[in-house]
Amino acid sequence: MPAETTNTGAVGQEAIAALASLSPEPGVAKPDPVLVADHVVRQFGGLRAVNVEHLEVQRGAITALIGPNGAGKSTFFNVISGFDTSDGGTWSYNKHVITNTSPNRLARKGLVRTFQLTKSLSRLKVIDNMRLGAGGQTGERILPAIFKFTWGSQEDRITQRAMELLERFNLAAKADDFAGSLSGGQRKLLEMARALMLSPDLIMLDEPMAGVNPALKQSLLDHIRDIREEGTTVMFVEHDMDMVRDVSDWVVVMAQGEIISEGTPTTVMRDQRVIDAYLGAHHESALTESGQALTTSGEQEA
Amino acid sequence: MDFGFILSQSITQAIGVTAIIYCIAAIGLNVQFGYGGLLNFGQVGFVAIGAYSVGATVVKVGSSLWLGIIIGILLGVALALLLGIPTLRLRADYLAIVTIAASEIIRFASKSIDFLGGAQGVTGPIGADFYALNPFPESVDRIGFGDFSFTRIDMWLVITGWAIIALITLLTWALMRSPWGRVVKGIREDEDAVRSLGKNTYLFKLQVLILGGVFGSLAGMYSAVAKGAVQPDGFVPDFTFFLYVMLILGGTARVLGPLLGAAIFWFLLVFVEQTLKEGVSSGVISFITTTQIGPIRFILVGIGLMLLMIFRPQGILGDRKELMLDAR
Repeated sequence: MPAETTNTGAVGQEAIAALASLSPEPGVAKPDPVLVADHVVRQFGGLRAVNVEHLEVQRGAITALIGPNGAGKSTFFNVISGFDTSDGGTWSYNKHVITNTSPNRLARKGLVRTFQLTKSLSRLKVIDNMRLGAGGQTGERILPAIFKFTWGSQEDRITQRAMELLERFNLAAKADDFAGSLSGGQRKLLEMARALMLSPDLIMLDEPMAGVNPALKQSLLDHIRDIREEGTTVMFVEHDMDMVRDVSDWVVVMAQGEIISEGTPTTVMRDQRVIDAYLGAHHESALTESGQALTTSGEQEA
Repeated sequence: MDFGFILSQSITQAIGVTAIIYCIAAIGLNVQFGYGGLLNFGQVGFVAIGAYSVGATVVKVGSSLWLGIIIGILLGVALALLLGIPTLRLRADYLAIVTIAASEIIRFASKSIDFLGGAQGVTGPIGADFYALNPFPESVDRIGFGDFSFTRIDMWLVITGWAIIALITLLTWALMRSPWGRVVKGIREDEDAVRSLGKNTYLFKLQVLILGGVFGSLAGMYSAVAKGAVQPDGFVPDFTFFLYVMLILGGTARVLGPLLGAAIFWFLLVFVEQTLKEGVSSGVISFITTTQIGPIRFILVGIGLMLLMIFRPQGILGDRKELMLDAR
């Protein structure tokens, strides 16, 4: 995998090494988990959309969450990030229990997520989208907000950091445009950059590649690796198998609400359970490098 | 037809007491709807609360106007909390339903409470404390020039009214350029996105509702003082819808939008009315009678607004480019 070697720095190598020796079993314990979930259940009427027995997410690694449509990946994401309420289970982040904590409190603790359908704030300028991300702003309290001298200098520091991030994500030229005038891919970049304004510990990306053109995909992948190198743990939901294979250190596979497999990208893609549950014939081309067993089973399914 | 007279009448109304009442309430609605995206369809409820606070305190209790103003502000805050706490965690539509219902409840309840004067409302020297401060000497009859003039009482009212408008407009401007205003505008665009960035959006929305509600309450107090009376049937839902018309006319989420909107709305209304009146009495217009002028002016103003929506949907001060972003 040539892309893997280009900008995998010390942190990435360490994460890969830490995960290499683990047995690829669902719910396997990680050496240094940042997020631990137990018995998480989300029920919609009679349908058990999420039923995760045990999951640990390794700190400093890039973990992909994959699975067929309706597997409960996004619902699991929503529950963990506080946008949905669970029907049972506990989960903790940095050893603090965060079961059913509101998303705004999670964000302040350093757990930030992005959305599948990008939520750029259209009628705010790009730079204001970025500034909004910064935490602990004095000027966000209503009384100090009236008097600019109370928040002016902080605002300058925030703007400086925002411009640095925009520079890195190639959006600096767009700083004074409305976010609504950006293209779909640029909005994805903006949303990621905005989340980084909070200097998160764990960033959860919901389908970061959806609707992004191939040229931009490579730069998005590089950005995700850069985020890991800065010490932020990355967890993402994705359908794009190329991306999963290229960028992730560890892959978790969900089907029908449960975790059916875990492992490094190479092992997971050879796993018969994964192939049966998820990968149809149309994924053959993407997988031929990783698993030879696919060809026959793919034909059977099709 | 005396166009000089028509014009001076229209301008007098555009900057007069009625326009001021609507303008103050519209600034509150601009904070809530324009910046915060909160669908408050019951702004008139806040206006009623403010008007009755000063009316009852002065006339029924016999206390001072200043106490009435403090009570009015506190009750405005209380009403905002009452409406906001249960609904602001829900989808935006719920606030709309609850506010319009609450404003009607306030109107009907006040009509049946004896202490608030029942259907007659409260009449009396509500503004006595305020008029005692009038700096214009009693010897002066009218202030102004030609057709364009105010009585000394109206002059004092208009100056104070515009001072209040200037003050709360300044406050709105200061807040909306701040990081607080940025969060509020962010909530209007996408609440979940703002929540995912660590902001307690519920608290911000509550603050917005309170701020706009207190502005509405101020409008009510000003109206009670200016008219010396509080009439329950002045607080019909149409009041709120006129506020929306003014807001959209001037340009939503623009600091000066409600000022311009209220002034232009009243200017047009009076201009059309006076022109028709002059036309009928001088025989130029023969196909309508004077009694039909009232409804016809609203028809004409309505057509004007439709044209505005077609050719300038962003309002007078709005930015079309900004409006079109949503259409993508």
